[in-house]
Amino acid sequence: MKLDSKAPEGPLEEKWRKHKKEMKLVAPNNKRKYEVIVVGTGLAGGAAAASMAELGYNVKSFCIQDSARRAHSIAAQGGINAAKNYPNDGDSIWRLFYDTIKGGDYRSRESNVYRLAEVANEIIDQAVAQGVPFAREYGGLLANRSFGGAQVSRTFYARGQTGQQLLLGAYQAMMRQVNEGGIEYHPRHEMLDVVIIDGQARGIITRDLVSGELKRWEADAVVLATGGYGNVFYLSTNAKNSNVTAAWRAHKKGALFANPCYVQVHPTCIPVSGDYQSKLTLMSESLRNDGRVWVPRKKGDDRHPNDIPDEERFYYLEEKYPSFGNLVPRDVASRNAKIVCDEGLGVGPTGLSVYLDFRDVIKRDGKETVAAKYGNLFDMYENIAGENPYEQPMRIYPAVHYTMGGLWVDYNLMTNIPGLFATGEANFSDHGANRLGASALMQGLSDGYFVLPATIGNYLADVKPGTRYGTDHNAFIEAEKGAQDQIDKLLNVNGKRTIVDFHRTLGKIVWDNIGIARNKEDLEKAIKEIQELREEFWTNVYVPGEKNNYNKYLEFAGRVADFFELAELMARDALEREESCGCHLREEYQSEEGEAIRNDEDFSYVAAWEFKGVNGQLQEELHKENLEFEFVELKQRSYK
Amino acid sequence: MSKDMTIHLKYWKQAGPDVPGHFEEYTLDTVNEHMSFLEMLDVLNEELQLQGKEPVEFDYDCREGICGSCNLVINGQAHGPKAEVACCQLHMRNYKDGDKITIEPPRAAAFPIIKDLVVDRSAFDRIIEVGGYVSVKTGSAQEANALPVEKEKSDEAFEYAACIGCGACVAACPNASASLFTGAKLAHLNKFPQGEVERSNRAVAMVDQMKEEGFGDCSNFAECEAVCPKGISISAIAEMRRDYMKALVS
Ligand SMILES: Cc1cc2nc3c(=O)[nH]c(=O)nc-3n(C[C@H](O)[C@H](O)[C@H](O)COP(=O)(O)OP(=O)(O)OC[C@H]3O[C@@H](n4cnc5c(N)ncnc54)[C@H](O)[C@@H]3O)c2cc1C
Ligand code: FES
Repeated sequence: MKLDSKAPEGPLEEKWRKHKKEMKLVAPNNKRKYEVIVVGTGLAGGAAAASMAELGYNVKSFCIQDSARRAHSIAAQGGINAAKNYPNDGDSIWRLFYDTIKGGDYRSRESNVYRLAEVANEIIDQAVAQGVPFAREYGGLLANRSFGGAQVSRTFYARGQTGQQLLLGAYQAMMRQVNEGGIEYHPRHEMLDVVIIDGQARGIITRDLVSGELKRWEADAVVLATGGYGNVFYLSTNAKNSNVTAAWRAHKKGALFANPCYVQVHPTCIPVSGDYQSKLTLMSESLRNDGRVWVPRKKGDDRHPNDIPDEERFYYLEEKYPSFGNLVPRDVASRNAKIVCDEGLGVGPTGLSVYLDFRDVIKRDGKETVAAKYGNLFDMYENIAGENPYEQPMRIYPAVHYTMGGLWVDYNLMTNIPGLFATGEANFSDHGANRLGASALMQGLSDGYFVLPATIGNYLADVKPGTRYGTDHNAFIEAEKGAQDQIDKLLNVNGKRTIVDFHRTLGKIVWDNIGIARNKEDLEKAIKEIQELREEFWTNVYVPGEKNNYNKYLEFAGRVADFFELAELMARDALEREESCGCHLREEYQSEEGEAIRNDEDFSYVAAWEFKGVNGQLQEELHKENLEFEFVELKQRSYK
Repeated sequence: MSKDMTIHLKYWKQAGPDVPGHFEEYTLDTVNEHMSFLEMLDVLNEELQLQGKEPVEFDYDCREGICGSCNLVINGQAHGPKAEVACCQLHMRNYKDGDKITIEPPRAAAFPIIKDLVVDRSAFDRIIEVGGYVSVKTGSAQEANALPVEKEKSDEAFEYAACIGCGACVAACPNASASLFTGAKLAHLNKFPQGEVERSNRAVAMVDQMKEEGFGDCSNFAECEAVCPKGISISAIAEMRRDYMKALVS
C-alpha cells in the first residue's frame, strides 16, 4: 500500500492557502443533502460538529457521557498555544511551527504542523468571541504565560481550567446547532463499529448505553474524534471512559493505525497510593518553574524530608542538566524520575515517587506569593495526598498522559478509508514522537473548527448527494451482528476474574515494558504476556449484569478487549523502531549520558499498521510513510 | 502505611426508571484513608462481583472534579461533607472507622433515575440548547484583542463559567430548582460585551425552559450555593430574576 500524505506542494507558508483555494466546494443548497456522523464531543468533535452544522451539513453527534460537555477535554488544565505574539517577545507562526516539529523530535509532517501553527491564532479569536473567559491583563487585553520548554510566552489560559472553558465554548456552539436542527444529538451512545460499503465509510453501529439497544446509522462521511488510548495503561491521567474502541474497530475494518508506541508520560502526577487506585491526577507542569526535584542521596533514607540536609539531597535534574535544570522537557524529567527510583532512591511508601520541593521559593518570595501562583494546585494536592505542600515537599511520579499515535490520516485528516476521518487525539497527525504542552487543545480545535470543515467538503463534493444504501444493507447487518456477537461472548464467559482485575494486570505489563523506557528483551516478553493474558481474558473474565440495560461493566469489558489487542501492537511498534526519539526511549539507543539517539537514516518514517487478523497472535502489516524535511534541518535534541 | 477502616454502606438500588427502588447494605472492611469515595465504591463493586452479585451503578468520568459526571448524595448531602469538593475528589480520610454511610442518587422530578445511582440530566442540555451561548459562527470572529474586557469582569465571568453541570444544586434544593445552574450560565455570558447583545432573550429562553423541564422555583434557601463543588454564588440567581422580569415588561 502506498501512503500518500496529499500534502500540497509549494512553500510552507503557501500550502494551506493554496490547498483551500484548490479544494472542491459543496454548494450551499447541496450541503443539506449530506449526512455527517461525528463520534466524540471533545474539542475535536464538538468544534467539528458545530462548525459543519453551521455550514449546513446534517450532523449526527455521538458521545459516551450523558452530556457532550463532559468529554475528557474538559480536564485539560494548563492552556492553549497560539503565536499571536501579543507579548512582543519574538514569537511567530514559524517559531511555533519550529518548536512543535522539534518538540516532536522530527517525526511529524512539516505541512501539517505548519498549518496547525497558522490556524492557531484564529482559535483564540473564535474562543474569545464565544465568551471563553481567558486570563486578562489589567488593561483588558489577553494574558499569556510560558509553558513546557518554550522560550516565548504564547500560552493562553483560563486559570487551571482551560480545557473546561474551551470545551464549554465548543459545547455551547454545538447546542446552538442542536436547537437550530443542524445537529441530531445522541449522548450515552457508544460506537461499536464503522460500516463500510464499496470501500467507503457509510455509517456506524452504536450501543445505546441506557437501553442496551444496538442501532444503525447511515451517513455520507464518518468522523472519529474519540480521543486518545492512554487508558491501555489502566492508570493514566485520562478520564475513566477514555478508550480506543472506536479507533480500534475502525482499524480492524482496514484503517491504518500509526505510531502506536508514541505515548507521552507526564512527569508531575500524584503518585499511586494503593491497589485500589483508579486513576492518576496531574499536577500542572508549571510547578516545575519554582519547585525543585530531588531524592535522598542515600538509599533507604527514611528521615522526614525536611530533616535531610541539602548536601544529602540529590537534585538530579539540576545536576545532570545544568542549563535547563528542573525545566527539562517532559520526557527527560519522567525518565530521570524512573531512573532514580529504579536505583532505589525513590521515596514514599511505595518507593515510587520523588520530591518536588517548594521550600526555597517560599523562603525567597514568601508563602503568599507562592499561594497566589499555585494555591489551587497546592489545595488539590493536599486534598488528594493528605500532606501540606507548604510545609513539606510534594511527592510526584510520572504518569501516562497523552498518546501521539492514532489513526493514520492524510493532510485532509482522512484515513486510508475514503469517507472516514479522524481528528484530535484520535489521529496521529501533528505531534510526532512527543507533544509539547498546550498544543493538544490547539490541535483539537484547529482540526475541529477550521481544517475538517474545509477538507470534508473536498471529499463530499465527489459523493453523489442523496446516495443511500439503507440500513438494511448487508454491511450494516453484518456490522451489527459482529457487535452483538462480541457482547454475547463477553457475557457468556462467566469466569472468575473481574474486568478491572484484568485491566489492571494488563496495564502493569504495558507500563513496565512499553512505558518510559523500552528494550528488545522486555518488549518481546511483554508480547508473550499480553497474548497469554488476553487468552485468559476470553476464558475467565466475569462480566456482570445484562445486555439490555445500563451496564457500565459491560461497556468496560468491550473496551478492555480492544486494549488487549492494541497493547500488542504498541509493543510490536516499539520493537520495530530501533532508535530513540521523543517519548520513545529504546535503552539500546542512547548515549553514555543517557540521551536519546535518533536514527534519521533508517527511521524517519511514520509506522502505519494494517490489521490482518488476530488468532492467539495479532497479525499486522507495516506500511511506511517517509517523512521528508524540506524546510527544517534535523538536529539532535540536547538539554544539557 | 495507614490502617484499614470498616465502613457500613447503605446504597440505593433501582433496576430502572419505572420500578420501585430500595436500599441495600454492605460492610467493607478494607477501606483505606487515601481512597477516594468512588474508589471505595469500586472496591465494593469488585467484592460484589466476586460474590456473583450485581454491582451498583454510578456515574463518573474524570474523577478530578471537573467533568460533573459524579453526583452522589452522601448522608443526605450532595457530594458529601466537604465544601467545594465533588464526590470523586472526596477522600476516605474524611471518615472514621465504623462510620455508616448512606448513598442516594440526586432526587428531582427533572432528573429521572436510569439505574441505581445514575440519573438522566439531559434537562440541563436542553436549558443550554435554547440560549446558553453567544451566537457566533466559526470563522466570523474578530481579532481577539480588538475587544478589551476589564480584567475584573472577565475574572468574575470565570467564577460563573466554572460550573461543572453536576446538578448538586438541584439535588440540594428543597424545590429541586435549577436556578443556580441556569443563573450561572447567564451571569457568565452577560459579563462580556459579546454576550450582552443577547442578554434579555437568553434569560427568557433559558428560564422558560427550566420551568418546562419541571424544575421548581427558587425560594432563596441557598442550599445550592452551600453544596456547589465550584462555590458558585447565588448572586447569579438574583441577576437572572432581574433580567427575566425586565425582559417581560419591556
Ligand atoms: C489531565 C489532563 C490535562 C491536560 N492538559 C492539557 C493542556 O493544558 N493543554 C493541552 O493542549 N492539552 C492538555 N491535555 C491533553 C488534551 O486535553 C487532550 O489531548 C484533548 O482534550 C483531546 O481532545 P479530543 O477532542 O481529541 O478527545 P476527548 O476530549 O478525549 O473526547 C473524546 C470524545 O469521544 C467520545 N468517544 C470516545 N469513544 C467513543 C465511542 N466508542 N463512541 C462514542 N463516543 C466515543 C467521548 O465520549 C468524548 O466525547 C490534557 C490532558 C489531560 C488528561
Ligand atoms: S467524576 Fe468528573 S467531576 Fe466527579
